[in-house]
Amino acid sequence: MANPGGGAVCNGNLHNHRKQSDSLQSGNCTKNGIVKEAQQNGKPHFYDKPIVESFEEAPLHVMVFTYLGYGLGTLFGYFRDFLRNCGIEKCNAAVEREEQKDFVPLYQNFENFYTRNLYMRIRDNWNRPICSAPSALFDVMERVSDDYNWTFRFTGRIIKDVINMGSYNFLGLAASYDESMKTVKDVLEQYGLGVASTRHEMGSLDKHKELENLVAEFLNVEAAMVFGMGFATNSMNIPALVGKGCLILSDELNHASLVLGARLSGATIRIFKHNNMQSLEKLLRDAVIYGQPRIRRAWKKILILVEGIYSMEGSIVNLPQIVALKKKYKAYLYIDEAHSIGSVGPTGRGVVEFFGLDPRDVDVFMGTFTKSFGASGGYIAGRKDLVDYLRVHSHSAAYATSMSPPIAEQIIRSMKFIMGLDGTTQGLQRVRQLAKNTRYFRQRLNEMGFIIYGNEESPVVPLLLYMPAKVAAFARHLLNRKIGVVVVGFPATPLAEARARFCVSAAHTREMLDTVLENLDEMGDLLQLKYSRHKKSARPELYDETSFELDD
Amino acid sequence: MYLPCPVVQNIKVSCTSWKCALEDVAWIISAPAYHLILEGILILWIIRLLFSKTYKLQERSDLTVKEKEELIEEWQPEPLVPPVSGDHPALNYNVVSGPPSHNIVVNGKKCVNFASFNFLGLLDDPRVKAAALVSLRKYGVGTCGPRGFYGTFDVHLDLEDRLAKFMQTEEAIIYSYGFATIASAIPAYSKRGDIVFVDRAACFAIQKGLQASRSDIQLFKHNDMADLERLLKEQEIEDQKNPRKARVTRRFIVVEGLYMNTGTICPLPELVKLKYKYKARIFLEESLSFGVLGEHGRGVTEHFGISIDDIDLISANMENSLASIGGFCCGRSFVIDHQRLSGQGYCFSASLPPLLAAAAIEALNIMEENPGIFSVLREKCKRIHKALQGISGLKVVGESFSPAFHLQLQESTGSREDDVKLLQEIVNHCMDRSIALTQARYLEKEEKCLPPPSIRVVVTVEQTDEELERAARTIKEVAQAVLL
Repeated sequence: MANPGGGAVCNGNLHNHRKQSDSLQSGNCTKNGIVKEAQQNGKPHFYDKPIVESFEEAPLHVMVFTYLGYGLGTLFGYFRDFLRNCGIEKCNAAVEREEQKDFVPLYQNFENFYTRNLYMRIRDNWNRPICSAPSALFDVMERVSDDYNWTFRFTGRIIKDVINMGSYNFLGLAASYDESMKTVKDVLEQYGLGVASTRHEMGSLDKHKELENLVAEFLNVEAAMVFGMGFATNSMNIPALVGKGCLILSDELNHASLVLGARLSGATIRIFKHNNMQSLEKLLRDAVIYGQPRIRRAWKKILILVEGIYSMEGSIVNLPQIVALKKKYKAYLYIDEAHSIGSVGPTGRGVVEFFGLDPRDVDVFMGTFTKSFGASGGYIAGRKDLVDYLRVHSHSAAYATSMSPPIAEQIIRSMKFIMGLDGTTQGLQRVRQLAKNTRYFRQRLNEMGFIIYGNEESPVVPLLLYMPAKVAAFARHLLNRKIGVVVVGFPATPLAEARARFCVSAAHTREMLDTVLENLDEMGDLLQLKYSRHKKSARPELYDETSFELDD
Repeated sequence: MYLPCPVVQNIKVSCTSWKCALEDVAWIISAPAYHLILEGILILWIIRLLFSKTYKLQERSDLTVKEKEELIEEWQPEPLVPPVSGDHPALNYNVVSGPPSHNIVVNGKKCVNFASFNFLGLLDDPRVKAAALVSLRKYGVGTCGPRGFYGTFDVHLDLEDRLAKFMQTEEAIIYSYGFATIASAIPAYSKRGDIVFVDRAACFAIQKGLQASRSDIQLFKHNDMADLERLLKEQEIEDQKNPRKARVTRRFIVVEGLYMNTGTICPLPELVKLKYKYKARIFLEESLSFGVLGEHGRGVTEHFGISIDDIDLISANMENSLASIGGFCCGRSFVIDHQRLSGQGYCFSASLPPLLAAAAIEALNIMEENPGIFSVLREKCKRIHKALQGISGLKVVGESFSPAFHLQLQESTGSREDDVKLLQEIVNHCMDRSIALTQARYLEKEEKCLPPPSIRVVVTVEQTDEELERAARTIKEVAQAVLL
């Protein structure tokens, strides 16, 4: 037991050989006069433990080759489009109906250039269908393409027991049926699946009430409300909170649902650099001092939108500083814990617990049940007046069908499991196991010399691949070795920063992680992915072998 | 042999240019002094202009640090949420214990359900439950990822196939939330600068989709084809003025099959005519009509006998007739496939839990095996529709074959608030007499064209003739007692 308290934050100082911060994170941007002046007075109490987060820059030659890769792909794409237009190359894309040829084209030609010429070449690495639960091992359906990925054909063969490094199954709670899911089965048999009405009309079930009370208890807040879809929780509730004359300060890497919600709200949106407190403070300061543009009235309210863990960067929000800033400038804080709830913090209560803050410091907690809880849907939690207001004004509550009862029961079951209300400590063990697996996996990848992004405690681990050709090679080779990974490229990431994204799970055993790591090591040599120029750790393994315990 | 030649020539050329330069220098030296001085001053002047700071008309009055601090100190934001009164119906909502099916327990009282959109009674169908249970045993509950990242299960592909076959189209795409379906589909196609013609009575999901698309929105009067044609004509004239712009301005008509807010059906044959006449694409929202209208439950297109290919995109949710969760869009691959990369609610959301997809498949099986179910539903609709006619003070709004229709006050009291109260009184009394009804709820400030307050009556195949008669009788009696 090297790490009894599960102390997710207690070993940051071990890593001081690594670059502690980068340009995005650095606290020494004092050249900017405004920031300096802002920090002169009443320096608030900041979280004192170092946040170890790294975003190493790629070597120049890698960048050159990456852009060259895209350049060549684009040129070749133009060439092939030319051939297609001349009728030399067969065009496989679906075409407009003959009767509607004289309509205004539904898509602009260049809109699909990227899809047609670059994405299509490597399309087999996405949407891979599976035919088992998304647990630590899953079964992938083998498919082949006879026409260069335009269509796929299933061979009927199933690739069994692929190690799942792609699903957000942080606590391993998405698994096929076992006795612990009995209540889900009972609810399914009793209630059926649909609700066929909205919360405002006839769709508020006793199960929803039970779940909402439990969520509030889990998060240690006054009240909570649940919704049927995580994406819609953001996009349909932010408009209820802010509107015209309000300002939204949004992290540049926020999820599409937050962006959509912000847009639908009609509020003014300003973007700050990812997790960059200087950038945020400057915006906050300017907003309060100068008010709305043109009419110069003061903003009605300012809402800061951030995520707990960023799904493509693996970074953890710098919550202590944001809370300090929001208090200083009287802004409101909306935090999307889609990835962090259940997965960080000593008992899995998310980033607030991770940093040891008070839940009352955050105005709006939002999260989803898709990831750690192995279900679907989302919640908003906070003070009672907030939740009451949303019950009345949320778009989702008034117009969308409420959550399916067996799904609600799965969340109840998972939450009770994590809280230990099932009478065991297994849930807590899973949370700790996840923290251990995360540290082990990140540590080993670092030692191998890969560039990996993000916070060392974040179970979302992006490994930078950069070049588009390597993206496909990486995913295909690993599937051949029975490892399922997620690769992401433009437009989900900046053009030149294509990456693989691993999601560590508590259900991964040490053997599985070692298999993955060995294969990654080989893959790194084969594809020359070990870009990192940081000195590798000379220390013996920080991770104590004996501290590892299998989840039983 | 020949190679050195050009070099030699080059040298020769440069020699001559040197000579010229030397001559120039000689000329400069021989120039008069005043000339040189003048030119020198001019050069210095240019340099000064180049490097001097931009001239400011007015010195900016920057705030001092202290003033800024004061401003920050003084600013008081509005509260995050204004207080809501505790007696709002959404805070004192009906709590349903147990399944929200035919017989429902609302706030502890057992009622017959006339409020949930469980048209085909599949919500607690044993076959559907059994299919979902099989799926639960195999896949568990959640999918833990979006479709792109191992969130595509074989069940999803099956369901998409089955839906496409059922609707007799090329392709279908499923979403994990009914509301998000049309709200994501519209902005996938219609962008800034495009024009959308939309019925005034369109439901909230369509309104949100339009807002997200940032397109130019033209509202036409509910089901008024003359008004739509007027707008299309105006647009045509506009287009002729600026043909270059018109060539890239897409035009869409967005309508509902059966309108959620009015219970009326859209005049699809006329719409299709207008579509070809003015070259606008039709998006059809069929959440209420899918699994209801038509001989096989395929919706409005089957009801009117219109080829489904004439409609560019059909969307519906699987939360009403199919009694599951989620929604789908279907149409030709040329149209639908685009959403797999551009439908926000599809790309960025976790996929539908497999047990819900399995339930939807089983519900489709039942629909295909019992096509008679749709005419049974229509008969029931007509029966209660007829029975509810002639209540003094209440009027029935909606088609006689629509399983969801509205009861509105014949005469408003003048204030929406009082109307709502009156209707709520009727609903409460009905509830006391074991008929579960609900008012159609809207976010009054958010709706583009707020429909008048109403009680929504929902008919399902499970309601017996006796229950329908009783419900009609009860509503009649209660309405008479409350309104007279």
